[in-house]
Parts: sequence; C-alpha cells; structure tokens
Amino acid sequence: MSRGRNWTRALADGDVSDVVPSVITADATLGGDVARLIAVVPDPRSPYHRARRGEVGLREGLALAEAVTEVVTGDAHLPDDRRRPIVAVVDVPSQAYGRVEEVLGIHHALAVAVDAYARARTAGHPLITLIVGTALSGGFLAHGAQAGQILALDDPGVVVHAMHRKAAARVTRRTVDELDELARRIPPLSYDVTDWAKLGLCDGLLDVENAGDPTGGDVGKVRDALTAAVERARRGPRDLSNRLTSPAARRTRAASRRVHEALAAQWR
Amino acid sequence: MTSQDTRTDWSALLARTGFIELGARARAVALLDTGTARELCGPFDRIESPWLEPQGVVPEADDGVVVVKGRLGGRPAVVIGVEQAFQGGGIGEVSGAKIAATLSLAAADNRAGTPTAAILLLETGGVRLQEANLGLATIAEVCSALLELRALQPVVGVIAGALGCFGGMSIAAGLCTSLIMTREGRLGLDGPEVIESEAGVAEFDASDHTLIWSIDGGTQRTGTALADVLVLDDVTAVRTAVIDAVGRGVPGEHRSQRIGELRARLQAVDPADPPEPADLAAVWAKVVPRKAAPQKAAQQKAVPRKPASRKAAPRGDG
Repeated sequence: MSRGRNWTRALADGDVSDVVPSVITADATLGGDVARLIAVVPDPRSPYHRARRGEVGLREGLALAEAVTEVVTGDAHLPDDRRRPIVAVVDVPSQAYGRVEEVLGIHHALAVAVDAYARARTAGHPLITLIVGTALSGGFLAHGAQAGQILALDDPGVVVHAMHRKAAARVTRRTVDELDELARRIPPLSYDVTDWAKLGLCDGLLDVENAGDPTGGDVGKVRDALTAAVERARRGPRDLSNRLTSPAARRTRAASRRVHEALAAQWR
Repeated sequence: MTSQDTRTDWSALLARTGFIELGARARAVALLDTGTARELCGPFDRIESPWLEPQGVVPEADDGVVVVKGRLGGRPAVVIGVEQAFQGGGIGEVSGAKIAATLSLAAADNRAGTPTAAILLLETGGVRLQEANLGLATIAEVCSALLELRALQPVVGVIAGALGCFGGMSIAAGLCTSLIMTREGRLGLDGPEVIESEAGVAEFDASDHTLIWSIDGGTQRTGTALADVLVLDDVTAVRTAVIDAVGRGVPGEHRSQRIGELRARLQAVDPADPPEPADLAAVWAKVVPRKAAPQKAAQQKAVPRKPASRKAAPRGDG
C-alpha cells in the first residue's frame, strides 16, 4: 500500500503516468487551474536496492527534477501569474541510505531536485506540498520542503521529522522512551503531526476519514484545501519568508525572528 | 603540486599555516582581507538556541555559526562559518536562521547595487537532531536563500575538514556556485556510521577509513566533478582559491541545473555492478567530457601540505 500512489490516483483527473517507476505524475483540476501532481512511490524492482520502499535516491532525485522542469519549461511562455500549480504528494520514508548512492553523489541528485523545485516557485508556479504519510529527513528536503504552502493530513500515520525514532535516539545517545518523553515538552522533537503543525511550517492540517485510502469526501475536502493553498501561494511571496510571519511562527520561531532582525540591523 | 611531493620544499612548508586547525571564526577572518572583518550577530548578541537547555545541553552564545562581513580581494563579501566543535556542526533553529538570513541580506545587497558574494565554510553533520524539525526547516530555507543569492553573485562552499559536510547541508553544498575541498575534507549525504547502522556493515563499513575517503574525500569529489577545486590545507592556498572562485563570477548554468549531465552519469553506471570509486572519474569522463579543470591554477599557487594527521569519525545526522 502506498499512500502517495493512492492519493495521487484519487486526486487525478485521469491517468497516472510515471517518469520512472518510482516517480509518478498526474494532472488534477483545482478550481480554475490544472495542477501537476508529483509523488515518489515504492518500486520493489528498482535496480537501486536501497531505494525500493519509496526512498528518495539517485534516480528519484533526477526524475523529480525532470518532472518539475517539464512543467516549468512548458509554461515558460505564459505570464508568470498563469503558470500551473505543482503539488508534491509526499509519503517518503527517507533518502536512500546506501553505498552506491554515496559513491555516485546522492547529495548532488537531491540538490538537482531542490534546485528544480525552488526554480519553479520563483518562476511563479504555486508550489504546494501535501503530506499524506511520512516526510522524513533528506527525502523531504528533496521532495516537499521547498513549497510555499505545506498541507498535511491530521492522521497518526503522518510524520514529519529529521530522522526516524530509533536512529535519532541512537545518534543523540538516548533511549526511544527518553526521546519520546523529551518530545512531549519540546515541540520540534515531536513525531506527532499536531505538534509539527504548531511550529509555523504548516498551512493547513486536514482532517480526513481514511488517510490511507481516501473516501470521496476526503478527496473533495483535500481538493478544496489545495485550491485555497494555490490562491494563497499566488498572492504570497515567492521565497519562503511567509514561514516566519504566520501566527504560529511568531510564537515558536521567536529566536529565528530575532536573528533576522539582529542581522538586518547590523548589516549596514 | 604536480611533482607529487617527491622533494620537500622546507621554506614553503615552514611558511604554511594550517586552515583545518582553525576554528570557524578564525577561518572566516583568515579568508577576508586584513583589517576588514566585522562579525555580525556575534556571541555578545547572545541569541542562543532556546531548545537545548531544556534537554540538558549547554547552548552557545553564537549557536555554532559565525557571520563575518568584510572584503575579499577588495570586493564585498560575507563569510558564514559552521563551527564543527559545537554539536558536531549540527544546524538548529538559530544557526540555520543565521545562514539563511545572511544569504538573503547578501542577495538584497546585490539588488541594491552592492555586489556582495558569500563564502560558506561547511563542517557540519546536517540537522541538529536536538532541534529536529526546526533544523530541517531551516536547511530548506538555507537552500532557498542560497539559490536566491547564487543567481546574483557566487556562493562559494569550502569543505576543509576535519568533520566534513554531511546530511541536509550536503544538499546546500551541491547548490553552491563552486566547491573548494582539501584532501582531508569529505562530502556526502549520509555519513558512513548512519549507513552502517541503517543498512549493515556489508553495505558500508564505517570503520574503513580508506573506503570512506575513497568515496567522500576531497580528491575523489573534485576528480569526479562533484567539487571544483582541490586545495592544500593552507590559509593562503584556501584564500587564493576562494578569491579565484568569486572572480569567476556567476556561470551560465550551475552544477545543480545540469539535469542532462546527471542523467548521463547515472545511465553510465549499473547500480548492481558499480565501478570502484577510483574508476568512477574515467567512467563519467566518457559521457560528460570535463572542461579544463580550474584546480590546476589553485594547486600551483599553493604550498606543499604535510601528511594528513586527522581522522575524525564522520557522522552525518540527517
């Protein structure tokens, strides 16, 4: 079962196609726009054995960049406020942890994807992320984190984090229980999507009946939320400055705001 | 350096000042023109991470990132240095915001007519896991601001060592206009220890230092065009390479925009039977011919290096 595939299919107007077996695309009508959906999905037969469960690896980094760039190139002739929305449908367990990945420079492949997404946003494409499952670490940085608007399903299976629990506990030399206890007091450490939504990074937490296999009502609700996000993205800035101005960010990211103010005052 | 150090040039060796042994603040000052360095948002501003103390971790008054403005070869520049000694160079809310805000201010300078370039000193394990989601978010913001500035002025990355550049910040490194590395520097997404614990020792033996450097090391990354300039661990050599990199200006197409090149390189390798790291440069050169390598000039100006003495265990958090 792939939440990324299920939601892409459910939102699509018609067929779902693939750039490579692990990166799929579809078109979805959102209000007056036809948006391009892009998802990374599992490919059990991937020649990259560390990237078979939906991880963002070398091939996925390249395919994401190709999928995004195709939209940007196709709309280059349009006025920049008429360019198509791009929706990253996110359910990624992580980046691909593997030796061949490092040998061939997976950091570069992910940079190519980040570059393409950011270029689409600055060119005027409303760039929206819809988190339907896990959004972890480098996988999320390459697929979803550059969006001007980020929506997430309010569901226990939705997790946004820098690293999965066991590894994070190991690296910070804690037990998983200690980590969970700290996460109850320290919001950025939490694996709970409702805590993540309070950090100022979430533009909509969507309550659905079935996050794994959406009902017709779920699809309608998410489509409406995406349509509203497209409108906000068109009106909003094309950089990521809105992440520091939301009411939640004013509370949670007060230190970030102080940094920006201090640097600007001393810059001259 | 083409003579492979067969003869020791003692006068040059004695004149050499190691770059790796300097902390982030000293590195930043050493790169800029003498007398021009001015630190912004420094320790006396006391903007600390608000998330560490509740976890029993002692914060630092600069949160492990120094921002130093000044001139570089007479041109306006800002150096952003990650201090590897604090929390493994991990990027948290404050340190990440310092990097992103500095890059944005440099971009604003450019739009207002001051051509400020930026130098990133990247010794970092990536996201600081004690600040998890806010670290991850700020790295995305760093990437965005880096791309904004990169269109206007060079953003030069320096990975000198000993920690290396891993995790999410390796993606930022991949976005830089150009990357300068020493033989001691390392660049990779996932650190060897993380891969070993995720995928087993057969996938990656994190105790095999020869293997690690053969994959992540500066010689390999410049040899395979994932970095641009290989320099010696010497202040003058690094500074010269940085000035040269800024002087080359903004290229027509950046490394991370060359999608066709990435495609050709991946198609040239069978992931089930990949080449040895030492053979990769030759395999890739067949599909993507290399232009005249800029590292030649920088190497010839540099003074000899002493044998590598440091081998810190790489981490790469996320």
